[in-house]
Amino acid sequence: MSSQTAASLCKRLVVPSPTTRMFSWGCYPKTAHLHIHKPAWNDQLPAILQAAAPGSLLPYGMGRSYGDSCLNAGRELIDCRRLNRFLGFDEATGILRCESGISLSEIVDVFLPKGWFLPVTPGTGFVTVGGAIANDVHGKNHHCAGTFGTHISQIALHRSNDGLVACNTEYNTDMLHATIGGLGLTGVIAWADIQLKRVAGPWIDAESIPFHSLSAFLDLSRESNDRFEYTVAWLDCFAGKDLRGIFFRGNHAADESKTFHPKRGPKLPFALPGWALNRYSVKAFNAAYYKIHAARAKKGTAVVPYDSFFYPLDSVRQWNLIYGRQGFLQYQCVIPETNIAAFEELLDRIARSGMGSFLGVVKQFGSIPPAGMLSFPRPGLTIALDFAMRGERTLKLMQSLDDVVLQSGGALYPAKDARMSPAMFEASYPHWRSFVPYIDPKMSSSFWRRVTEAQAQ
Amino acid sequence: MTATKMTSLKMKKIIVLGATSGIALEVQRQLAHRGCELLLVARSQERLADLNADLSLRGAKAVLTHSADLASVQQHAGIFEFVRRNCPDFDTVLLAYGSMHDQKESEMSVDILLNELQTNFVSASAILTLFAADLERRRTGCLAAITSVAGDRGRRSNYVYGSAKGALSLFLQGLRSRLHPAGVRVITIKPGPVQTPMTDHLPNAARFADPERVARDIVRVLQRRSPDVLYTPKVWRYVMSGVRHIPETVFKRLSF
Repeated sequence: MSSQTAASLCKRLVVPSPTTRMFSWGCYPKTAHLHIHKPAWNDQLPAILQAAAPGSLLPYGMGRSYGDSCLNAGRELIDCRRLNRFLGFDEATGILRCESGISLSEIVDVFLPKGWFLPVTPGTGFVTVGGAIANDVHGKNHHCAGTFGTHISQIALHRSNDGLVACNTEYNTDMLHATIGGLGLTGVIAWADIQLKRVAGPWIDAESIPFHSLSAFLDLSRESNDRFEYTVAWLDCFAGKDLRGIFFRGNHAADESKTFHPKRGPKLPFALPGWALNRYSVKAFNAAYYKIHAARAKKGTAVVPYDSFFYPLDSVRQWNLIYGRQGFLQYQCVIPETNIAAFEELLDRIARSGMGSFLGVVKQFGSIPPAGMLSFPRPGLTIALDFAMRGERTLKLMQSLDDVVLQSGGALYPAKDARMSPAMFEASYPHWRSFVPYIDPKMSSSFWRRVTEAQAQ
Repeated sequence: MTATKMTSLKMKKIIVLGATSGIALEVQRQLAHRGCELLLVARSQERLADLNADLSLRGAKAVLTHSADLASVQQHAGIFEFVRRNCPDFDTVLLAYGSMHDQKESEMSVDILLNELQTNFVSASAILTLFAADLERRRTGCLAAITSVAGDRGRRSNYVYGSAKGALSLFLQGLRSRLHPAGVRVITIKPGPVQTPMTDHLPNAARFADPERVARDIVRVLQRRSPDVLYTPKVWRYVMSGVRHIPETVFKRLSF
């Protein structure tokens, strides 16, 4: 009798695991997958690709895409995190060859002490090289360095039909440009050559400048873009008519007087309840954030460590859980600079909805053409903003924002999207059909099916 | 302070047997970061070449590789000869290879059963004997081997793997006692389930321990003088102490 109780107790302790449940950063949509492949070596990939059914696979990195571009609902994923080795580094040229599952923060950890830094980095170090290429990510230096893909000179791509294919600026150049920004659909990247850049050390000369209107932001941005390698702004989307924000700009600094101690921040252990973020708590946060940075601005230039400048949110691991179990959506669009009125209309609609959150980020893109066929960045103003998922209400607001973007001739960013309509995708990427021939027949994604399948039929 | 401790215990030249196994990969990274010299033994020449490049860039002072099948005792003399020629003054050996075949299949096929015992116990104890003699003669160094908590008690769902690992744990116990007078350390490493390619097929794999954390424990125990038996994550020391004390009449009825 007692042994039976013990046995049933043991059974109860072993809860079925969510091995096939993989989320994107926004925790929306919630999807289940049929199987997750976890190759540890590049030599295992041909077999995985061969055995798969057409349209059943998608490479997955750290799941930092916000919506469903890194998901493959009801089908299979290839988790590439174990493919995380450095394969070679040329001291003379600064070209690093590494596998696709290595994260940008791992690269910085190893190469910054040697005096090298990433040519372009997004707002988090927790993305893989494969993910950075597949979404052709941009950073605070877009106006002078372009996108991440601009600095990729060569890749090797596992394709289900023609094996391991090397793509560079001389051979298979089309395939290289299709893979950059190609949302993982062209195959699995075995390794990539990244052009790192020389830096003096881990320090950034940073300035914060408060501003109170869109035109003031634009003046600041235009004036700073010649003199500063990195520029970005934070915007209080709750302020409405009395707009306010902080403009951040910086350059790499050569300060050898300080020693750098990398820190490992706290981790949000569980999802906060849905009501924790409301218009009052966000307003309070925004006011405090503005005050702190406005006060800092008076002190002039500060020398700050690279991680607090580039990756402020990485200091709280799993910060996405503050939005609760329902998750959140990020809205990132670009609007041509000639159409500032549309940008103001966008801000107005967000302010009136009262649903905006504290992470409003604005950046003026430069004119360097992106390296990928489906790359998002283009000249104009880009804004990224989080919205807690509150069902229909949230989706409706985003649709009304879509109308503004559509009319202005702007575009949405697939890496941040979980709901754009096929028409919106068509308007953002009118030439997407010329990308289709490069898709590996074994690859597909939830995002791709959502935005293209209606049109293919 | 860690640095001085390390020098005193001379963990500088390390031989890893089974360098491409999931736990070994993480241990090697952390050792490379500390600037150790590594000699890696595994089957695949290509994988060893990738590892060599990776660990060198991560700070390893030197990386040597030798490709051989450790499960085959006939190849052990060649491996040992390579070590003696290229790294005669090694101070630490970490045995990290193993195999976990599906339990049900191991019950049906004697070939698979013998293979499991050969890989996890017979070949492991054979190669440890070669290195033990060398260290005993030099009166220095450390032998560490990864066994498993599965070796602490024979369970219905995993007793083939468990018995091989349990036998290896017993072997290490005796070896420790034999080498103690010579000042050679013998460490038994007993990880709980860890997220590695070996365990991906098991249910609950997502809840298993992070290999990076397990590797941190292993590197720490290699630097210190105690304990002789490392459970990692630590909770398994207490769990297994409980499991070992369940009376057999009860235990035989448990299905886990």
